[in-house]
Amino acid sequence: MPKITYRSPDGTDTVVDVASPCTVMRGAKLHNIDGIEAQCGGSAQCGTCHVYVDDANTLPLPPMHEVEDDVLYGTASPRRETSRLSCQLPVTDAMDGLLVHLPEAQS
Amino acid sequence: MAAPSVVVVGAGQGGTETAAALRSRGFSGRITLIGAEDALPYQRPPLSKGYLTGSTPADELPLRPRSFFEAQDVELITGTPVTAIDPGDRRITLAGDGGRRVRLRYDHLVLATGARPRVLPVPGASLSGVHTLRDLRDAVALRAELRPGAHLLVVGGGFVGLELASTARLLGLEVTVVESGARVMGRSVSAALAEHLADRHRAHGTRVMTRRELVALHGDDTGRVRVAELDGAERVRADVVVMGVGVLPRTELAADADLPVGDGVLVNATLRTADPAVHAIGDCARFPSPYAGRPLRLESVQNASDQARCVAAAICGTPEPYTAVPWFWTEQCGLRVQLAGITAGHDRTVVSGDVASGRFSVFCFTGERLVGTESVNRPADHMITRRLLAERTASALPGPAEVCRPGFDLKEYQRVRSAG
Ligand SMILES: Cc1cc2nc3c(=O)[nH]c(=O)nc-3n(C[C@H](O)[C@H](O)[C@H](O)COP(=O)(O)OP(=O)(O)OC[C@H]3O[C@@H](n4cnc5c(N)ncnc54)[C@H](O)[C@@H]3O)c2cc1C
Ligand code: FES
Repeated sequence: MPKITYRSPDGTDTVVDVASPCTVMRGAKLHNIDGIEAQCGGSAQCGTCHVYVDDANTLPLPPMHEVEDDVLYGTASPRRETSRLSCQLPVTDAMDGLLVHLPEAQS
Repeated sequence: MAAPSVVVVGAGQGGTETAAALRSRGFSGRITLIGAEDALPYQRPPLSKGYLTGSTPADELPLRPRSFFEAQDVELITGTPVTAIDPGDRRITLAGDGGRRVRLRYDHLVLATGARPRVLPVPGASLSGVHTLRDLRDAVALRAELRPGAHLLVVGGGFVGLELASTARLLGLEVTVVESGARVMGRSVSAALAEHLADRHRAHGTRVMTRRELVALHGDDTGRVRVAELDGAERVRADVVVMGVGVLPRTELAADADLPVGDGVLVNATLRTADPAVHAIGDCARFPSPYAGRPLRLESVQNASDQARCVAAAICGTPEPYTAVPWFWTEQCGLRVQLAGITAGHDRTVVSGDVASGRFSVFCFTGERLVGTESVNRPADHMITRRLLAERTASALPGPAEVCRPGFDLKEYQRVRSAG
């Protein structure tokens, strides 16, 4: 099962096994990780599941669709090059070892 | 002194988020979350959308996994309505096993009881096949009856009714929507958006009738609904009927405890009722909104969730006025419709984008001031409006003249602003 690491703003890492089919957002919810709100439940409507993919990431991630790109215009914490909506990142075996950073605020 | 104890009545969106927000703020006292429904607290939005089509499986409905409540030391009591509040004694009464009454003490009480669907008191309203849609139980019952080829009558052209109409078309039903007002979605959206949506539903194969009243429902000899009678004696086939005519806030507990109510439990800017130990949030609360300049009640996931966080802060000793920007989404006929701000009462609209292709935003103004945006398949307009409104100064917002300018683009507006 792929392991995903969620790093909170204070630097604490939580490493969890996320069984697919599941998104990085749902992985956080199922493991009670604070810092992802996901108000819309994963339909790319709310922008409260924002994460920063680690700068050094080389693992393959799905390309960003236009809707995700648009939603990222209004995140509560600043958008960066590495910003993604975690509900738009379905976990695959190839993503084993992914590190995402949780932003300071989601709403 | 022992840490204070919190009782939350209503284990829905707001109640569950209150418990979660208290713990993430480090609140160490006892938290009891009490819900009348049996299910693990769940999300309602999919009930009119993906849950009915199967694209959202039932195991994705819970707001949190069961392990959350154990790990966070939140005592979750389901299937148990709270029957009374005694503010003098700071106790609530709940219906215990075998009719036993259990009383529970609180230092802080949060009312997050939501709302119940209105039912039109027409003859035949209690026939089998006549539904409302609020709880998971309602959705389970309705789902079993949404068979391809059946005729569905949706009474009321509000958000839930229109979402349901769209979902039922996907499932292959024949759908009629009857709305008594002049247009769908009442006064909660602009005429431009309402007309666009009604057109889309018609193109989707739904019969949308406005300014029409349901007069009666008629059943067969098994007591099952078959025909709806509208004003003017028109009869419409109806194998399944859903009443989507709005909700009534659940205020009985507060009213019985002599807390002020009036289309909602009345709260102040920090969401406190007349009793300092009692707060109310979500669909059941009427609060003063800085975006409306008057008290109002909102029915949205955003409002219930953000109010939960606001109340958690107050209980932790740092009360702050509730100022989160209101927003809402709905999915109909494949359109992504997002509303930011409070647009009721706007007196001017400017449409930006391409209406024909279903990608546009309606910018709503009161005088010169932008009060909100309704976006159809334009998520950036929606998201940026939320950010701009959050600044709560007129200077952050584009005026009508600016939005009217050919080629206006909110992304560009925002880029120039943040650069300047
Ligand atoms: C079909 C449907 C679709 C929706 N779609 C959207 C959408 O797309 N976007 C959006 O933003 N919003 C949507 N909403 C609205 C949103 O779900 C609600 O605004 C939100 O759930 C309100 O949260 P709440 O906590 O106030 O109430 P609820 O979530 O309704 O929770 C209240 C809970 O309190 C319980 N309760 C009541 N009285 C008692 C008592 N005396 N004792 C114990 N428990 C009690 C109730 O049983 C209920 O479980 C939708 C709602 C419905 C019904
Ligand atoms: S959960 Fe709402 S955008 Fe991802």
